[in-house]
Amino acid sequence: MRRLVAHPTGRWAIAVIVLLAVSAIVGPWLTSYTGVEQLDIVALKNAPPSWAHPFGTDQYSRDLLARVLRGARISLLVSLLAVTLSIVLGATWGLIAGYFGGVLDTVMMRVIDAFLSIPRVLLLVALMTVLEQVPLWLLVLLLGGTGWFGVSRLVRAETLSAREQPYVEAARALGASHTRILLQHLLPNVAAPLIVAATLSIGNTIVLEAGLSFLGVGAREPTPSWGSVFLGAVESYAGNWWAVLFPGLAIVVTALAFNMLGDALRDVLDPRQVHLAHRLPDSATALPVVQRDPRPTAAV
Amino acid sequence: MRRLLLARLAQSLIVVAVVTTVSFFVIRLAPGDPFNYASPRVTEQVREQWRHQFGYDQPLVVQFARYLGSVARGRLGYSFSLHQSVADVLKEALPRTLLLTGLSLALSFAIGIAVGVTQAARRGTWFDRITSGVLLLFYSLPDFWAALMILLLFARWIPIFPAGNMVDAMHDYMPPLRAFWDSLRHLVLPVASLTLLTTASIARYQRAAMLETLPSDFVRTARAKGVSERAILWRHALRTALTPMVTLAGLFLPALLGGALFIEKVYAWPGMGYVAANAIAGRDYDLVVATVIVGSLLVVVGNLLADLLHMAIDPRVRA
Repeated sequence: MRRLVAHPTGRWAIAVIVLLAVSAIVGPWLTSYTGVEQLDIVALKNAPPSWAHPFGTDQYSRDLLARVLRGARISLLVSLLAVTLSIVLGATWGLIAGYFGGVLDTVMMRVIDAFLSIPRVLLLVALMTVLEQVPLWLLVLLLGGTGWFGVSRLVRAETLSAREQPYVEAARALGASHTRILLQHLLPNVAAPLIVAATLSIGNTIVLEAGLSFLGVGAREPTPSWGSVFLGAVESYAGNWWAVLFPGLAIVVTALAFNMLGDALRDVLDPRQVHLAHRLPDSATALPVVQRDPRPTAAV
Repeated sequence: MRRLLLARLAQSLIVVAVVTTVSFFVIRLAPGDPFNYASPRVTEQVREQWRHQFGYDQPLVVQFARYLGSVARGRLGYSFSLHQSVADVLKEALPRTLLLTGLSLALSFAIGIAVGVTQAARRGTWFDRITSGVLLLFYSLPDFWAALMILLLFARWIPIFPAGNMVDAMHDYMPPLRAFWDSLRHLVLPVASLTLLTTASIARYQRAAMLETLPSDFVRTARAKGVSERAILWRHALRTALTPMVTLAGLFLPALLGGALFIEKVYAWPGMGYVAANAIAGRDYDLVVATVIVGSLLVVVGNLLADLLHMAIDPRVRA
């Protein structure tokens, strides 16, 4: 933690994230509007930014600043929970596959291959359309349930090399159970890349959640997540640019902060394996691991 | 080696078959069907007739068998929202998306590799820091928002490019050169948006790959032999550092399809993403399943291409 604060960009990332978290928590008390009430549907429809409404208002005359602040709660909460879920799923799957190896490992990894060959956005949009009503807990479940395939590959690769270490053998010799070895000995040793991957995928998930709302699925009115704040604005956005600009900036700042934190964490923890992998399928998270396979370059 | 490739191919086919089956059943087992949308003008009788006409009243197994038959005949089912066979719909949409993504892929790899290598060569300098920051910013942009802002900026506030669609309404009446120019102008913003977003991650990968390569012994040897710094960087080191990028290129092909979903919606570009979005909204089951299949096919093809390219450039893999 101290080294993280000393890190040139990590410091700023933490500051921004703390600020975001605070404003998400106390946000509703910061403005006098709730973001849900329709203030004056005639006079304040699509009002441009002013002192009274710094972000302007939307087509229902709702204060956009208040909506963005409220949206912060939902967007942050949803993506934090979804990432937690995917980390738990991915770590469990990867640890088991990597530790036990053999046929089990092969089968489990083929399953991951199959999952990874379905484009995530397409899958999510299809599922969410079919489900029609997507309450927030289901959104968390869907985002988390489709985000762990890359994580499991990463954890498996780490586990493969970790299980050959003498300390695992020692633990086994002392009669430790498989569960104990997995949780007490292997998990802490794969934790560093896991933390980095988790941080990087928070920003990714926030962006994804907003994108899904933009496509018309995901969190819906009147729940103001950052994505659904867009949705109304986009339909008539040409006139009121502020309704697109400000919620978007909120997403960019948040995603940027989490990605910066992830980069800083990687520098500090130095798991060289994880690289930013967001515009590519999750499978790419495991890419550099493959590249680290023995290279004959060091044949001196 | 050939055996390995064949094994990969067989594996990929199984994956595609599984994806097809799963997506078929998932979408059909969900509550509701394409015909139960709310409309006062459609009576229950008419709905029943539609269900019968399109075979939705049959047992699932029969529907699946029929669907497989349709796939085998290369028609991939029937899109009732567009009143065409799905194959015909895809035949029009897929090339448009491939044009968009292909151009962006080529551009973003060219720019991304150049930026990444330059950054790695000047590690820790102001150039490196500033470009890294800018790239991380681009990287954090939501696809659809970036596209919207670019659209606002260059089509509305400074109206130098058309705001959407593939061609102008008057396209068919233009002389050939004008028509070509018109198509080109419509390509600029979508391609630029997609390129902007993918370049960032490519450059980041290239920088990392380069930084791993530069301390190698062969780089030191080349330097000791008096090879110019430029040749070391672009000829010796880059060649080695390009290997991971090849794998990346294969992975990007399907990822761009996901990105194209947003870009195509914003720019009203009638490609795969546009078709998929409309198909999902209209509950056009066969079309939805087909887009998922095409998506997973692209993943599989991308991976195979990456493997082949890998073998072509890296003799160690061939062994």
